[in-house]
Amino acid sequence: MIKLKINNIEVSAKKGESILDVAIRNGIKIPAVCRHSDLEPQSSCRLCLVSIKGRDGFFTSCSTNVENGMEIITDSPEIKKLRKINLELLFSQHIEQCSQCNWKYKCKLLSLAKDYNIKITKFNDRKKSFKEKKFGPSIVFDSSKCIDCKNCVQMCEKQGIGYLTVKEKDGFFQVVTDSSKECVYCGQCITHCPSGAFEEISSIEKVEKALEKKYVIFQFAPAIRSSIGEEFNMPYGSISTGKLVSSIKKLGAKKVFDVSVSADVTTIEEGNELIERLNNGKNLPMFTSCCPSWVRYVEIYKPEIVKNLTSVRSPHIILGGLIKTYFSEKEKINPKNIIVVSVMPCTSKKYEILRDELKVDGLRPVDYVLTTRELGKLIKKNNIDFKNIEEDALDSPWNKPTGAGVIYGNTGGVMESALRTVYEKLTGKKLKNINFKEVRGLEGVKEAKVKIGNKNINVAVVNGLGNINKIDLKKYEYIEVMACPGGCIGGGGQPIPINNEIRKKRAQSLYKIDSGDSVRMAHDSLTVKMIYKEFLNNKKNIHKTCHTTYFPKNK
Amino acid sequence: MDIIKKIKEAGLKGRGGGSFSTALKWELAKKAQGKEKYVICNAAEGEPNVFKDKYILDNYLEDVINGIKIAKNFISAKSAYIYLNKNYTISEDIGDIIIFKKDSGYIGGEETSICEAIEGKRVEPRRKPPFLTESGLFGCPTLLNNVETFYCVSKIAKGEYNHSRFFSINGDVLNQGVYELREDITIFQALKETKNYPEFDFFAQVGGGASGEIMLPQELNRPVFGAGSITIYNREKTDKYELMEKWAEFFHTGNCDKCVPCREGAFRIYEMIKERNIDYDKLDSIFFSLKKSSFCSLGKSIPLPFESLIKKIR
Repeated sequence: MIKLKINNIEVSAKKGESILDVAIRNGIKIPAVCRHSDLEPQSSCRLCLVSIKGRDGFFTSCSTNVENGMEIITDSPEIKKLRKINLELLFSQHIEQCSQCNWKYKCKLLSLAKDYNIKITKFNDRKKSFKEKKFGPSIVFDSSKCIDCKNCVQMCEKQGIGYLTVKEKDGFFQVVTDSSKECVYCGQCITHCPSGAFEEISSIEKVEKALEKKYVIFQFAPAIRSSIGEEFNMPYGSISTGKLVSSIKKLGAKKVFDVSVSADVTTIEEGNELIERLNNGKNLPMFTSCCPSWVRYVEIYKPEIVKNLTSVRSPHIILGGLIKTYFSEKEKINPKNIIVVSVMPCTSKKYEILRDELKVDGLRPVDYVLTTRELGKLIKKNNIDFKNIEEDALDSPWNKPTGAGVIYGNTGGVMESALRTVYEKLTGKKLKNINFKEVRGLEGVKEAKVKIGNKNINVAVVNGLGNINKIDLKKYEYIEVMACPGGCIGGGGQPIPINNEIRKKRAQSLYKIDSGDSVRMAHDSLTVKMIYKEFLNNKKNIHKTCHTTYFPKNK
Repeated sequence: MDIIKKIKEAGLKGRGGGSFSTALKWELAKKAQGKEKYVICNAAEGEPNVFKDKYILDNYLEDVINGIKIAKNFISAKSAYIYLNKNYTISEDIGDIIIFKKDSGYIGGEETSICEAIEGKRVEPRRKPPFLTESGLFGCPTLLNNVETFYCVSKIAKGEYNHSRFFSINGDVLNQGVYELREDITIFQALKETKNYPEFDFFAQVGGGASGEIMLPQELNRPVFGAGSITIYNREKTDKYELMEKWAEFFHTGNCDKCVPCREGAFRIYEMIKERNIDYDKLDSIFFSLKKSSFCSLGKSIPLPFESLIKKIR
């Protein structure tokens, strides 16, 4: 244990902690714009400066570790002056588009501008003519808002992609895209950008238009229920399923369904496929495919393992397909008149819905994807008081999720749901302890050995795309991969900020729903049983709504 | 007598501009724990008007190589690199010493940036500590010295060291070139002895052609400092804005753009000077931030030439 003083207050800390972290933990405010706890400190914004007794000059507290006996001062007239100048310089390269910005009222830059009483227009805008660049149908990078902290570049490298990189252009080293690489649309650049330079490509206007004249059905992902509240200043991890439903209804949606229910279909299909592959020993390990960034990554960067991906579609695509076949038939609605909107924690889903091979009877299963943030904007735009709105119930038939379907939003959730089902299907016995705790949590790689009957199955969960290269694929039979750290609860479409503390709270809430649920197995879901009885009772229907194919791209 | 004692006795200090005790650096590198160790000879020499390393490589390559080998041997390094300015060439056989051509701007000569460059990474400075002697190239203890420092070590080892130093003298002078003179020679004496002392009113930039300080004729009675350069400007004929614009452009385009004061500050200095429209309040603020809050020593050194010129010549 280290003892030190910050502003003459004695505090204790662990070896290896930064001054900034210790200060924050003790309620001492130090401005820090470029610091993100997922990444190595950039020490580029030069705002978190402090002075240390007995040492010359100033130190960035994000990158200076505490030492025993240190006496740190976090504020002084000189420090104030430096922060002021550096803030003015930061604003000189940032085109303010506050009304549209992802950060809006949560913007650190803007609140510091007030705290330090700076003139944000002291210098002319050097990035006036800087352009926007779109990454597929998912992400837009407005380089005129970029403050060059390079968090996005570090994160993109950490994801194992390196699509974002730094190049010298017109006398500056700038964030640019590497034309020899392809983006996988995970959106982690968005959640790690302190200045709102990255955003999803908005589908709000299209959804608004559809709401005016079409039969619009909303469906939302498991991970939305424990994060959307943050858009309305509710505490991290607030479970707000009922408010979500009533707010969406107020927007004019005819039906609101829960994708967790179709996650159970994914689990059953994927479980069957795993059992089949285990029996014939082919194409192992089997990989999950719910994460479209992971699928895209495999197709582009690891085409040799395309055959190892499960052929099962992701839950919202399955549900979209069921809506436009099973449901439309039952309700006697022409599926062509139905617009399905998925609310997703994800920017990559905007790309996934455009994959042609997913069409069911010539129609796209899902028409539009809104991120959690976009739905938040849309709800605010319609003056709906989310926080205080009366809760409403989901619509039948996709209204009763199992715990297994809800935990899909967490890293390890797909694995855990599948293991529960595969165990009972293979052994015919009831699973005594259904919590597979080894596959939970925020570590980059988690593994477990599961004894199912006379079989030992080795499984791994890869949490964060870049970690895929840290494991020996041959050691496992089944591997879950989620591109975003934390899984979908930490997705690129989720409310910002995101860090491990916030991920934990969002994840805990999903586990809480699971543990409180009376049905916690995908194959025990009455809804799922009914759908298999009424519609998914033949290979043709199962194939067209639940399975797909992939296309290795030869680089 | 072993080499470290000899270096200590000679009182050798690094000749790259930082003037750090060579013996101390060598001892730190030797003591540091590491599976592998590396030696790097910094031959990046990137400032305008500084050519002494090129001169030494062209004329005394053998001694430089000898110095590198002594260092390699002393710390038991796995390999040694020469990090070479892209416009310089070494055509002789230098054994197993690896030549790495610098392919970046001014910042590419900063010692931690050199490690990044050799490792194939983006060329920008690292945080310090750790210092290179603890964790340098590929995370291993690394001994980095300037070309001239290795030359001096060789001379010391051979018992030929006579406390001389190389000076680049240029600008409005009659006999520009690189001279080997006494290390403690004053600026005045250096100009006199090389028959370069101007007969007109002038000012000198000492220690580097961009980051060097501006000195007036009455201030020259002190030893040469920094990277050992003296550039003479005819006070009457020199366009001060043009001169400052040259420095400003050099810093703005040669820096790494990592930290705010250097990236944005250097650009604003350049912009104001280029437009001949200097707002001295803004300029002072930027200088203050550069000196006190830049990430590396390059940023911290930017204000000196401007401030000394403005103060002394305006």
